[in-house]
Amino acid sequence: MKGAAAAPRREGASASRTRLRDHYRAWRDHHSLSAADSLRRVLDSPASSLLTWLAIGIALALPVALGVALENARVVSGSWDSPARISLFLAPAVDDGTAASLHARLAARGDVAEASLVSREAALAEFAELSGFDDVLANLDDNPLPHLVLVTPATGVAPDALQAELAALDTVDQAVLDMAWVQRLNSLMDLGRRLVWALAGVLVFGVVLILGNTIRLAIESRREEIVIVKLVGGSNAFVRRPFLYTGLWYGVGGGAIAALLVLCALWYLDEPVSRLAQLYQSDFHLVGIGLIGSLQLVLLGGGLGLAGAWLAVSRHLGAIEPR
Amino acid sequence: MIRFDRVTKRYEEGHDALREVSLDIARDELVFLTGHSGAGKSTLLRLVMLMDRPSRGKVLVDGRDLASVGSRGIPRHRRNIGVVFQNHQLLFDRNVFDNVALPLVIAGYDHREIGRRVRAALDKVGLLQRERALPVTLSGGEQQRVGIARSVVGRPRILLADEPTGNLDPALSAEIMQLFEDFNQVGVTVLIASHDLALISRLQHRIITLRDGRLLGAAA
Repeated sequence: MKGAAAAPRREGASASRTRLRDHYRAWRDHHSLSAADSLRRVLDSPASSLLTWLAIGIALALPVALGVALENARVVSGSWDSPARISLFLAPAVDDGTAASLHARLAARGDVAEASLVSREAALAEFAELSGFDDVLANLDDNPLPHLVLVTPATGVAPDALQAELAALDTVDQAVLDMAWVQRLNSLMDLGRRLVWALAGVLVFGVVLILGNTIRLAIESRREEIVIVKLVGGSNAFVRRPFLYTGLWYGVGGGAIAALLVLCALWYLDEPVSRLAQLYQSDFHLVGIGLIGSLQLVLLGGGLGLAGAWLAVSRHLGAIEPR
Repeated sequence: MIRFDRVTKRYEEGHDALREVSLDIARDELVFLTGHSGAGKSTLLRLVMLMDRPSRGKVLVDGRDLASVGSRGIPRHRRNIGVVFQNHQLLFDRNVFDNVALPLVIAGYDHREIGRRVRAALDKVGLLQRERALPVTLSGGEQQRVGIARSVVGRPRILLADEPTGNLDPALSAEIMQLFEDFNQVGVTVLIASHDLALISRLQHRIITLRDGRLLGAAA
């Protein structure tokens, strides 16, 4: 009679004295075993796993897609590279020659990227054409409009400082810094960003709950197994491990689906957006999340999966004890 | 090896499962625990396994007061005890080999060592040919032998069995008891709860009888 039972009676206690290195190896082995086993279980029920992946993927893709849209809006608005333009309304007394020389002086300045002169005649003609009041305007004795010089500050120049300096010139009646629309746009973008973050927060919380619930069901369905493992000396960490990996796989899969969804949406929208951009003489293309962004999304999914699994495991596993 | 010192276990509903039980089981001993159902046999085993804690009194295993074992120490404590259940407690989605290997996987053995020990244990219970079989394809007696192989594969110093022959016919029961005697021969402390008096009185071992939670007397 050879056999387990026969030989080694006295070394029962020494079994628990396995060396540290063996413990590490055993720990690592069980990790890879749990990871593989959990993945197999996830893939064994493809339909329900796919549903979980889709639910997580959609919940993650939504804020990411909005974030991408916002980022693109920022790129577009940044490409309107005249965010600040100063309109110099010259004093009514200023004649054509003085206006032209002021314009020439301004255009030569280092802190001015561009200066253009709109003479009072040109302004009146434009106004007449745009307004349709040409008959009325023709009856005016005097041209009520002043000369106008449009100044674009050079990059790196503070527009409001330049505005103050130019407003101090004798020939200038009024210097208006046309920044209101930039500020409005920026506030809108700010609001959008905040909304995206809030939405992302809510949906991320939702993802953790979805995963927590999925893992809870997995725990329930393996209750007997957990009891048996605990009876033969499995620690909580040992029992917990496969469920954490299950959460990880669901999360990673969900993150990958989210990246895929965003990619599809961008691919679907890029052509019409470029066509639209062409109509505005721009060669703008949609900016995606890139490879790094996609990987980050997958990692984020994995992290959320672990978090959800941890939540479920810490709440439900302790309650399952041999009775 | 196992000592009970005036142990009382009262369940929350007020029922006393064990009352002032004191007993001492020596190393290398095989002891039968008997009594009608509800007499406290299972409770006694549960206290040794740390599935329950005594309300009063002390339980010592291998000289160690179990009150000093915290909940984190329970898994390690259980790894030193082999348990056989009446209802086998097998994992039905794993084959015989994986079921028997479970304690070794938990204890973190190398897979080659696991293979060697599992086959040795299966050989001992006569199931070496069935290592790839799923438990559902086995008879009740075979399932019980898988449970026994699992309980000894980790080479525990103590073996507990709760009605291990409960559902088996007399011939199979005698076979199972023979296995326990073999393990005892090589130095394992064995405690078997059984109400099969006809069977256990034929075997020459100490019998502990419980009635309504009290120890009746210990005969050799």
